[in-house]
Amino acid sequence: MTGVGATMGRVRDRVESGSSGVPFRVKLGLVYAGIAVALVLVFFWFQFDTAFMREWGPFILGGIPLTLAICFGGIALAMVLALFGALGRLSKSAVARGSANFYVSFVRGTPLVVQILFIYFALPQLAFKPSSPAFLQTILIFPVAFAAILALGINYGAYMTEIFRAGIQAVGGGQIEAAHALGMTDAQTTRRVVLPQAVRVIIPPTGNEFIAMLKDSALIGIAASGVELFGRAQNTGLGQNRPFEALALAAMVYWLLTSIFSFFQKRLENRISRGHVRIEGGGH
Amino acid sequence: MDPIIKVENLEKHFGDLQVLRGISLDVEPGEVIVIFGRSGSGKSTLLRCVNFLEEPTGGCIEVDGVRMEAAPRVLRARREQIRQIRMKAGMVFQDFNLFPHLSVIENLIEAPCIVKKESKGEAREFGLQLLDKVGLAEKADEYPIRLSGGQKQRVAIARALCMRPRIMLFDEPTSALDPELVAEVLEVMRDLAKEGMTMMVVTHEMGFAREVASRMVFLHEGKVLEEGKPADLISGARDERTRRFLEAVL
Repeated sequence: MTGVGATMGRVRDRVESGSSGVPFRVKLGLVYAGIAVALVLVFFWFQFDTAFMREWGPFILGGIPLTLAICFGGIALAMVLALFGALGRLSKSAVARGSANFYVSFVRGTPLVVQILFIYFALPQLAFKPSSPAFLQTILIFPVAFAAILALGINYGAYMTEIFRAGIQAVGGGQIEAAHALGMTDAQTTRRVVLPQAVRVIIPPTGNEFIAMLKDSALIGIAASGVELFGRAQNTGLGQNRPFEALALAAMVYWLLTSIFSFFQKRLENRISRGHVRIEGGGH
Repeated sequence: MDPIIKVENLEKHFGDLQVLRGISLDVEPGEVIVIFGRSGSGKSTLLRCVNFLEEPTGGCIEVDGVRMEAAPRVLRARREQIRQIRMKAGMVFQDFNLFPHLSVIENLIEAPCIVKKESKGEAREFGLQLLDKVGLAEKADEYPIRLSGGQKQRVAIARALCMRPRIMLFDEPTSALDPELVAEVLEVMRDLAKEGMTMMVVTHEMGFAREVASRMVFLHEGKVLEEGKPADLISGARDERTRRFLEAVL
């Protein structure tokens, strides 16, 4: 072992001293190119089925719009719930704070996959109990996309409650006093003074949550296959005995999507942290 | 004339700490009262009790006919009364507390539009007049972050005036300012006093007090130790502690 280690060390020394004139960025580029070439070689070495990907690729990629729709819906719901959760946790009312605490604790304390399956499979069961009123059948049974939005929204809302709470608490006490001194009620102060300033703190981490949700949305595929991106990949991959091709394709797409959204999220974050950006209010 | 502010036997505790120990003070319309004293003497707390940013523990406060006893609990009706008082009493803070997400003119018209339901156009017109008065007409569409401390404080004064208050409360309005910016703020306050605004001012600016105050009140350990006309008090304070404080700040 020591012999191998020593040899490796010598090789590294030689590579480092020999390439000292090459800029680091170039080295980095070479490494990326090397990884890409290696992946392509692996792909052809194992003779993965390109015909399958040509045939079924469009179907798998066809799940992208639904994946995105679920995530936009989910993050919208999560933001609403996080807002109420945060206001609840900061409220002086025992009912509001107790409910918010229960929501956050319960949702964060149970696995997302359980929540998804529960909403999609377990809730409809309630609609068919002898004691159930008829209207439950209309409100407890929903298409998988709707169940997905509900589950992701409720789950992420609980985590984002803490983000929103931190954002609200970041607004200084002097701001609240100034609003009160001008005669504003608590509700007016929250709506007109606190929340518009909290948004600045809340938006960047919410972007991160959206990117995380993009990946977690694959769990929907466990409940219903053949619908969104991962579900379609799994369905065709297992069905046609080509799981490697199908899942690799899905993985690449998730990676691409998260990279794109990360890029925009970073730009947004930079803009906001520069400090002069207006987030709220119309022009003149 | 009836006093526009009546403070009767006001007490304030913060837990075990008693900050105000029975203060009584009447302010006539048009008077400028300068409240001074060592830090911790209760001057800011007194001011903040007048518009109920602090709830008094004991005693009674009356502002322009709205009379409120100290109460153990703040219920809905009381909150509404407090709001009535706050609409009559403009307040200017040491650290400005302008709303950073709103432009200067939006800072001014926010409360008139939201609290008094004035129309935007009407409020804006009055707001621009006030900005002109404090010498900042050209900054109407600027954001607070672009203003100097002195400009911020003048905007804060205009913001309070935009609610057309009956009285103005100033809580150390120049203490957070660089020395060269103090004069422009005092200038605005001086003009306001000349127009007959009733003012309660917590400040260490003895020059301002001598020139503008109708009465000075020296607070010591939560009590009014001495009060009088500036000329009498500054040159001839009766109490040893008042004299020593004046020597230190003059």
